[in-house]
Amino acid sequence: MKQTNVKWYALAVVLAAVLTLGGCAKKATPPPPPPPPPAAAPTASISVNPATIQGGQSASLTWQTSNATDVSIDGIGAVQPNGSQSVSPTDSTTYHLTAKGAGGTQEATARLTVTQPPPPPPPPTPNITDEDLFNQQIKDKGDIYFDYDKADIRGDQQSTIQADVAFFNAHPNINFTVEGHCDERGSTEYNLALGDSRASSVKNALTAAGISASRIKTISYGKEKPFCTESNEACWQQNRRGHFVYQK
Amino acid sequence: MDCLRVNSYRDTMYLQRSLPTRMNEPARPVFRRLYKKHLPAFVFLASCLFASSLWAQDWVKTGTSLGVAKVRLAVPDFKPSSGDPQNTALLKTFNDTLWNDLNVSGVVELVSKSFYPLQVPGTPAEVTFPAWNAPPPNAAMLAFGSLGVSGGKLAVQGWLYDVKNTQSPQILGKQYTDTPGDAAARMMAHRFADEIIYRLGGGLQGIAETQIYFVSDRSGHKEIWAMDYDGSNQRQITHVGSIALSPRVSPDGSRVAFSALTKSGWDIMMFSLDLNKMVSFPHLGGTNLSPAWSGDGTKLAFSSSRAGDPSIFISDATGANLHRMTTGKGPDVSPVWNRKTNAQIAFVSGRTGLPQIYTMEADGTNQQRMTDQGYAVSPNWAPNGQFLAFAWVRKYGPGEPGASDIYLMDIASKQWVQLTHDGGRNDFPSWSPDGRHMVFQSNRSGSLQLWSMLADGSKVQQLTFTGHNSQPNWSWK
Repeated sequence: MKQTNVKWYALAVVLAAVLTLGGCAKKATPPPPPPPPPAAAPTASISVNPATIQGGQSASLTWQTSNATDVSIDGIGAVQPNGSQSVSPTDSTTYHLTAKGAGGTQEATARLTVTQPPPPPPPPTPNITDEDLFNQQIKDKGDIYFDYDKADIRGDQQSTIQADVAFFNAHPNINFTVEGHCDERGSTEYNLALGDSRASSVKNALTAAGISASRIKTISYGKEKPFCTESNEACWQQNRRGHFVYQK
Repeated sequence: MDCLRVNSYRDTMYLQRSLPTRMNEPARPVFRRLYKKHLPAFVFLASCLFASSLWAQDWVKTGTSLGVAKVRLAVPDFKPSSGDPQNTALLKTFNDTLWNDLNVSGVVELVSKSFYPLQVPGTPAEVTFPAWNAPPPNAAMLAFGSLGVSGGKLAVQGWLYDVKNTQSPQILGKQYTDTPGDAAARMMAHRFADEIIYRLGGGLQGIAETQIYFVSDRSGHKEIWAMDYDGSNQRQITHVGSIALSPRVSPDGSRVAFSALTKSGWDIMMFSLDLNKMVSFPHLGGTNLSPAWSGDGTKLAFSSSRAGDPSIFISDATGANLHRMTTGKGPDVSPVWNRKTNAQIAFVSGRTGLPQIYTMEADGTNQQRMTDQGYAVSPNWAPNGQFLAFAWVRKYGPGEPGASDIYLMDIASKQWVQLTHDGGRNDFPSWSPDGRHMVFQSNRSGSLQLWSMLADGSKVQQLTFTGHNSQPNWSWK
């Protein structure tokens, strides 16, 4: 008889415990969530195509990321996780992509090299014309100056004549005109004749040095087209000259 | 216009003094004799005057005025002969033109209008002899008349009276009619002036209807222009568009030869005044300058560098039959014919340095230097064949003032006189056909303009005022 009582007692205790525990369940703190699985690290890549451009051209910048929540490119700003964009920097640029995610931060770079456009847009380096050369080396610089009322080439002009001869020998395709000019003094008609003699003097000096006469035309302007219009010797000297003009 | 009547020519004491022979005979012998007789004396006088620096007051007198008292001529304004409102303007043109023509003619002394009586005549019936032939006017001659528009015609009647011969005073009576207009009034005045000058000036034709050709830049380019001898009626002749220079009108007045810059250089060009267009002249090559007509109009002389140094060439008026007349070093330019003989040519040469005046036979022989120093250019042969006018800077070089003046040289003796003294650069003298006047260029007014004067240097008048004007050439008739 004694054993039965114990069974019943134990049962009651258990029952009480169950009931107690059941009554208290709502008030109990939920169990902590299971820790999330460890986050995957972000990935990032960026490329530019082509990798080299000339200034003024553009290139395509393309990037991919994953596991990233915050993607940005230096100099461009925040961007979509994946994308592409046309860029046309004026100087070489390194594009620096930063992808931040739960798993950390990932960086990637792409280098775009910008070359400067070749200086002569149409490359005319070998195309300096005869006329350009003439203008650089002979126009005004090669002119021969005369004494008053004289048409002979004076001693201090010989070096200029020699330089002219050297130039025209070096550029045999250049044809040219020698203009004879005079200062304002004296008669219109006599000065035209004198200017003719001056132009002929220059021509004769060149042909004597081997320049073909067929390349040389002469004309006199007398005092009709002065270079300088003041009435003083400095100006008059400017006007007493044989002046070279390129023949197109 | 037609001549109503011309009374027979009457000698007066004045005419007898200046006209030793028949009236029809040109007075050149007088001119020549007087000039020859007096030139040395006047050259000497000139030297004295220069030496004493008194030259500014006493010009050397040459040519027509030597030893001849000029006829005192009174020219009261012509009176209106009708009531037409156009009369006022036409009378002003006529009176101004007539007065100027007579004033610059060099053959009369015009009596100042302030001496005239209050009542001036318009018809012979209105002439009061004592009012004119005694002081104050003390005129020997009286030119008077009337002008009026009537029935759509402009009519001028003019008389020349010898007021000291009260019995038979009329020397000249003329009538002109034309369509009314300023140009017609001016032309009538020119013709009447020429009639008077012909009778009082020793039988030489007047110049009032002559033309002067010249270069002007007023269009933007140097082109050939023409004007009446007194500066009126200025008009552009050529439209070359580059540079046109050195106009020379042919003796018959039908063509103007000149030099112009073309694509190939300086070419001789020919403009027909009859056709009013350019006519062809051959392209010669080289620098071709300063054409000059022979007196008979059949030949041209000019400077050309087609064969080397600028030299004098002669060709036909068409440019054919080209002959080189000068050779050697130094430029030769600016030829001019002795228009009286057609046998000599004067020109400028730089063969010895500074340009000098030379003469030669028309075949190139007998080349003679005429000027002895300085810078002498632009010769122009007098119509009588005896004188050269030219421009000369006698003392040339550093420190010299370099004034260029017009000079006159007697070719036979090489004696010369200076005609301009008024400063500036004076150049390009050209004789009038009567040999009494010259036109020349001068910058004395500050810009290059044309001036005329009597051949003794007096009666200097500015003819052009617009743009720059140069290289005048007086027509031959």
